Amino acid sequence: MESIYNTWPWYVAGPLIALIMFTLLKLGKKFGMSSNLRTMCSIVGAGHFSDFFKFDWKASIWNLWIVAGVVAGGFIAFNFLTPTQPQIHADVVLQLQELGINSTNDAFLPTELFSMDSMFTLKGFSILLVGGFLVGFGARYAGGCTSGHAISGISNLQIPSLVAVIGFFIGGLAMVHFIFPLIF
Amino acid sequence: MKQTLSFFGIGLFLGILFIKSEVASWFRIYEMFQFKSFHMYGIIGSAIALGIVIVKYLKHTQAKDINGKDILIVPKDKGFVRYISGGIIFGLGWALAGACPGPMYVLLGSGFASILVLILGALLGTFAYGLLKNKLPH
Repeated sequence: MESIYNTWPWYVAGPLIALIMFTLLKLGKKFGMSSNLRTMCSIVGAGHFSDFFKFDWKASIWNLWIVAGVVAGGFIAFNFLTPTQPQIHADVVLQLQELGINSTNDAFLPTELFSMDSMFTLKGFSILLVGGFLVGFGARYAGGCTSGHAISGISNLQIPSLVAVIGFFIGGLAMVHFIFPLIF
Repeated sequence: MKQTLSFFGIGLFLGILFIKSEVASWFRIYEMFQFKSFHMYGIIGSAIALGIVIVKYLKHTQAKDINGKDILIVPKDKGFVRYISGGIIFGLGWALAGACPGPMYVLLGSGFASILVLILGALLGTFAYGLLKNKLPH
């Protein structure tokens, strides 16, 4: 049980993700976690506003079952299998303190950003909403996210996926190194 | 029904994996973009390494899926602008939110109610792309 309770090392987690991709291909599907957002938009009637959402979303229902499973998995793992919090590199702990984030090593997510208190502030709410918006917009513009491009796409040696992942890192590095000092 | 259960099961396993490997932790994403830990690079790198072998094997053996159909991986459309621009926008959000779409759902299940704002944002972003699609360079 010890090995389940501890943080799963990269050489366990990475290959397991590849095996999930393999299982989905064997089931006649593909691994991608962002296209379900388009499906959800279609279900609530976004097709009235844009043809992008007029597609046979009933054929994508399987993807929502995966989402449901992921939610359930998060409940089980977080409540019953995770007694410790992520332990982050000491340099990063100090960097985060300079940004005013002091919950490192004590919480799974920074309480400064994800607590209900923070969510009900204008700044806290905006960070979450804008962060989500960029993820949703960017994933559809690029045609995939971390799972669809970085894992599935590069595994298939697709140049567009490599370009997208380079974009992910340009954006991520710019956010952390140039924009974080301005907003925190 | 059996299919539905298998998809739910795959999701369940993936959810546990996202928490136990800590890829759903904002701190791990920040640490990755500071290049201070090998953890995230090891996960993505080893997933891709094994993924390349798997896809090569599937193509080489002309493998079929469980319905007896060829496993076809449709290549992405050619292009550059959409992949680099969309990628950069996604990366900005990934670092700010500390979560990509899969981890968003897992954190909701973990009980972080504020993640609902993140998911609402992601739905609005997807909707906005649908509205602007024909005006954007691809």
